[in-house]
Amino acid sequence: METSEILNKFSPDHKNMLGILHALQDNNPNNYLNEEDIGAIARYLNTTLSHVYGVATYYTMFSLKPRGKYIIRACNSPVCNMIGSVSIIEELKKVLKIEVGETTDDRMFTLELTECLGQCDIAPVMMINKEIYGNLDAEKIKTIIENLKNK
Amino acid sequence: MARENRIVLKNYGKIDPESIDDYISAGGYKAAGKALKWQPVEIIDEIVKSKLRGRGGAGFSTGLKKRFTHEAMHESGKKYLVCNADEGEPGTFKDRIIMENDPHRLIEGMIIAGYAIGAERAYIYIRGEYYKSVEMLQKAIDDARARGFLGSNIFGSSFLFDMEIRLGAGSYLCGEELTLIESLEGKRGYPRIKPPFPAEKGLDGLPTLVNNVETLSTIPTIVEKGAKWYTRLGTENSPGTKIFTISGDVNNPGFYEIELGVTLRELIYEFGGGMKKGKKLQSVLIGGAAGTFVDETVLDTPMGFDSLKEKGAVLGSGAVMVLGDDKSLPEVTKSILEFFKHESCGKCVPCRVGTTQLVNMINEYITNGKKKDDLLNQMVAEADFMAKTSLCPLGQSPILPLRSLQRYFADTF
Repeated sequence: METSEILNKFSPDHKNMLGILHALQDNNPNNYLNEEDIGAIARYLNTTLSHVYGVATYYTMFSLKPRGKYIIRACNSPVCNMIGSVSIIEELKKVLKIEVGETTDDRMFTLELTECLGQCDIAPVMMINKEIYGNLDAEKIKTIIENLKNK
Repeated sequence: MARENRIVLKNYGKIDPESIDDYISAGGYKAAGKALKWQPVEIIDEIVKSKLRGRGGAGFSTGLKKRFTHEAMHESGKKYLVCNADEGEPGTFKDRIIMENDPHRLIEGMIIAGYAIGAERAYIYIRGEYYKSVEMLQKAIDDARARGFLGSNIFGSSFLFDMEIRLGAGSYLCGEELTLIESLEGKRGYPRIKPPFPAEKGLDGLPTLVNNVETLSTIPTIVEKGAKWYTRLGTENSPGTKIFTISGDVNNPGFYEIELGVTLRELIYEFGGGMKKGKKLQSVLIGGAAGTFVDETVLDTPMGFDSLKEKGAVLGSGAVMVLGDDKSLPEVTKSILEFFKHESCGKCVPCRVGTTQLVNMINEYITNGKKKDDLLNQMVAEADFMAKTSLCPLGQSPILPLRSLQRYFADTF
């Protein structure tokens, strides 16, 4: 969809700032906000570039660099951590051959950490795009990643 | 044996959350219809009488908060209602359960609250990662509007009220009401100096009531059955039910709506199904990261706002994290302190520097095994200073778990 088409779905009210950032990011095949997006939002909401950059860089869900098709958010907050998220994150790094914050060369996966996902009864947990995966172990991770690769 | 008493979760699993007809058949929207025939002050009086306290963590009187917002005046005559659905306290997932399984109950609670304070517009601020909650609530709002429960002339009255969802984007701090308002206004999530509180000057500078999902979802029942009925549940100072979310080393982690006054022993051994694989109980973290550790001496204390305070503990959001004897308290503490370090927004220097200092201190302890009592006391002193010099609850939080460790685990830490 064209940027202007997305912007026009929102009234030019600052209360729509986060909603617009989400919408433009979701519309980008590389799951990020580029300079044109930031500029378009600043013009649309009649505010400064620095304001929009400030907001986009504050919130962890927004990215200013290109990401993969699948964004993996591994929970590392206290409950998951206690139940073994450290080894889950290690396994993800091993399987994907990337560090946290990086994207695989084929632009398929980006690995990120997240605050508590509110799924503590099935910890350790991760989220891939909108999907939740719980009670994780090394085997499960291999299968999940393999399945997504073959999709 | 203690049992669940589902009030907020009354419809859980019994209705199709996507069907407004199901909700109506289960008695839904009757309380809103009833409330709109009352004077707004009558609703507020009833909620004050119910002694309902905020279910988001802080535990402030819901009725008083409404009264302050009701009484606040602005030349424009406008006010806002904001539902805080930015659930992010580690170990807590009660609001998600409500929104995913009975979204109309929240909407009904908001209609009543909006009418009581005199607001025409409401926002539900949901954390960006709660996709399913957003989807369920958006459908429920659309359906409620189509049936005339939102919009103008609701239930044939002159009351005009509507609501919209706004998304967060990954910030724990935005769960704090004034920071949430900043975020709603399209800014970085930095806390504001208070007072003024939102009741006086909130969203767009207008009087604003900010209530948690569970709190708002309790209101239809109070209107339907009355404050007298409600105060018979729970304990004298903490009436009603609370949704507890149990996680960690128990056999049945999950969510349970139980009358306040339930003990930790019941929560762990009856509802939680006991300790996992014969592990021994070491400690319980109540209330999430901004919560408190307790040991087995607190197992029989009734869970309530004041009864836990006497034990140096907090009820908070109702998160109950159970730790077996195989867990390392310094490691869990490290995880909590790293969480605060990551989520500190950096506006207040004592919090920005202090949260990093605390992580350095715990790391030093874990790698070098620094003299125990010395370390814990130093950390408490650091956290105490932060608490006194920070604007918002984040800077005031690390002191909670640290002081409780000092109280209960000074020997073993």
